[in-house]
Amino acid sequence: MELRRSLLFIPGNNPAMLQNGGVFEADAVILDLEDAVAPQEKDAARLLVAEALKTVDYGASEKVVRINPLDTFAAEDIITIVPCCPDALLVPKVECAEDITRVAQMVARAEQPGQKPVKLIALLETPRGIAEAYAVAKADPRLVALALGAEDYTASLGAKRTKEGTEIFNARAAVLNSAAAAGIQAIDTPFTDANDPEGLVADTLLAKKLGFKGKLSINPRQISEIHRMFNPTAEEIDWAYRVISAIRRAEAEGSGVASLDGKMVDAPIVNRAERTLYLARILGLAKEGE
Amino acid sequence: MDKTITNSIGRLLPETIEGYGKVAPFAGAFATVPEMKRQAPLVKRMLPDGTKRMQNLEEVFRLIPVSDGMTLSFHHHLRNGDGVVNMVMETASRLGLKNLTVALSSVFPVHEPLVEHMKNGVVTGFDSNYMSGPVAQAISRGVLAKPAILRTHGGRARAIECGQLKIDVAFIAAPAADEYGNLNGVSGPAACGSLGYAFPDAEYADHVVAITDHLEPYPLSPISIPQTRVDYVVTVECIGDPKGIVSGTTRITRDPVGLKIAENTARVIQAAGLIQEGFSFQTGAGGATLAAAHFVRKMMEEKGVVGSFALGGITGYMVDMLEKGLFRKLIDVQGFDLEAVRSLAANPNHLEVGAGFYASPFNNGCAVNQLDAVVLGATEIDTDFNVNVVTGSDGMIMGGSGGHSDAAAGAKVTIVVANLLRGRLPIIMDRVLTATTPGETVDVLVTERGVAVNPRRGDLKERFTAAGLNVKEVQELKDLAERLAGIPEPITTEDKIVAVVEYRDGTVIDVVRQFQVQP
Repeated sequence: MELRRSLLFIPGNNPAMLQNGGVFEADAVILDLEDAVAPQEKDAARLLVAEALKTVDYGASEKVVRINPLDTFAAEDIITIVPCCPDALLVPKVECAEDITRVAQMVARAEQPGQKPVKLIALLETPRGIAEAYAVAKADPRLVALALGAEDYTASLGAKRTKEGTEIFNARAAVLNSAAAAGIQAIDTPFTDANDPEGLVADTLLAKKLGFKGKLSINPRQISEIHRMFNPTAEEIDWAYRVISAIRRAEAEGSGVASLDGKMVDAPIVNRAERTLYLARILGLAKEGE
Repeated sequence: MDKTITNSIGRLLPETIEGYGKVAPFAGAFATVPEMKRQAPLVKRMLPDGTKRMQNLEEVFRLIPVSDGMTLSFHHHLRNGDGVVNMVMETASRLGLKNLTVALSSVFPVHEPLVEHMKNGVVTGFDSNYMSGPVAQAISRGVLAKPAILRTHGGRARAIECGQLKIDVAFIAAPAADEYGNLNGVSGPAACGSLGYAFPDAEYADHVVAITDHLEPYPLSPISIPQTRVDYVVTVECIGDPKGIVSGTTRITRDPVGLKIAENTARVIQAAGLIQEGFSFQTGAGGATLAAAHFVRKMMEEKGVVGSFALGGITGYMVDMLEKGLFRKLIDVQGFDLEAVRSLAANPNHLEVGAGFYASPFNNGCAVNQLDAVVLGATEIDTDFNVNVVTGSDGMIMGGSGGHSDAAAGAKVTIVVANLLRGRLPIIMDRVLTATTPGETVDVLVTERGVAVNPRRGDLKERFTAAGLNVKEVQELKDLAERLAGIPEPITTEDKIVAVVEYRDGTVIDVVRQFQVQP
């Protein structure tokens, strides 16, 4: 499973930021052709992002391009961008499964022979999109994650967007559950106040607690804090080791049931422990010798 | 062509430079051993009924008397708000003086009138540690027949103490004074904090003139520069504009690339094992270096470490760290903002020191020698880690060492921070245009795309790799930048030498040649 703790938006019409997008070590950069770019600049941005994909080294960051919605410039974006080998496209304003299948077909047509298949991430940011979340989640095998865009969503609801996020609780829950049911990742909405680090920490911790695997970000200054929040803590890693050793002990003793601290260790717990240890290993947080 | 010599970092220099004299080539950061006595200024007396109060500058010029060919010195604590240099030089010009040398520790845009004095022959020699603005540009364009001398802050103190920069008259802008010549920088409308860069001038000049706009009853306290070294006190309406005195660069940068570099810098300091009890630190007042202090602070707080001292140009940020108990002392040669002024006046753990104490290589120990880590900037750095902070990418003078070379030489770990690409220009080159700080004193280069360690510091490289830092060879970083931006055309210059860059020990590390418009 890919690491997508942070997905950083980079305006697709800003050469300096496109050039530096890789230095923040976000798990993914999202080169943005949609909201960041005015309609009269769409052509220029599309060419700029295409060149950036071909020339700029984004290091270990996954290269994602946010295309325009299907009813505007999505087709032009896909034809130009897909042959430049992005790792994934972020599809905005997805409202139904058909939106994803249409994009998937266009992507398949635009891919060059031998090209690594381009993945898709669906951005759900309307009440209808949230209502259709599960259908969207299982619409196409290219789809690897559902992401929540809460700003547009709350505007459609007529609710006030707050830092506590009570108004998006239902949307978060729908995205999380649908993604989990379809076996893909759930990515949380951005925390938009770049000058409130405490607010970012609280919002990210909540997202992690709910089950999100990562968070969108509109500011490079947020990346290291988002990573810190999503990284397994020392206690979590320690707990995971103990779960796994309890299981091994039980197996060695021929017992089908393991327990830890007086609680039964069953399959979901083992899964969570294994994911924690996997993250710890790839992030260099694991103990020596493990 | 004149006879030439090559110094130890491979710079080709004339054996003798007209208007400068014989060149002592740079031979290594600690190669020069001093063999001289200190300079001794004139011995004076003051009778019990004597007075130092003078009506105006002209009277002082007449009494000394200031004559053609003298060296007049000034400090730069009023920075871009300074009114004293222009006032004194206007007087010199009005009195028809010629052929003067101005020894001003740093020159700012406000000193533009000096250019006219240079054109008119009032000023024919210039000696400084940092040059910016119109004076720097005029010197780059060859306004003076003789080359200017660019020193380090410690090197200027050394040159004064050793008699190589012989000062006839030191004009000291004094934010506060009493009429018997005690001076400080912590009160008055032009309060600037420490007067450290004026200490050597006051100690070694033959004549010392205090210029103030704020007279307090005798005796003034605290005393930064004492009555025993001051000949005259002149009161004027205004010595400087407080708006220009407070430096504008004391806020932590919000540029994400700058912050990334700052964060990596703090991780380098941590990985070097320096974040421990007694940690000592110097950083500049620029937005990115200040941000490094911010991340270092977080690490100190997390680990519960109390540092011994922070050094150098002091900002409100450092004052806050002192007051929150993160450092036991501040050693202050120059304050950058009003918080630094307030703290220096009120806090006995905030120490005012002179330029020699701060950084002179030729005394019994300067403060930079006690530094664990220093974070410095660069306009260019080469693959031997030599740093240019004198000339810009067009070859024009736009800075100077200041304390750069001094702190680099003294600190246990010297970190240079720079954006790998500045605008569209790579900052790493095979050879910097003007070598200022030698690579042997630079340990680490931190950029947004990786950290390069000087091969002399294999110990650090091991630690950084173990800590998971993105360590790369300097050549790798250079290639990376060139892949993105291409290889810039080398700068071309005229032949005329417009400035001699002296290392802190007085040897010549490089020269600056006259600016040429690039084809």
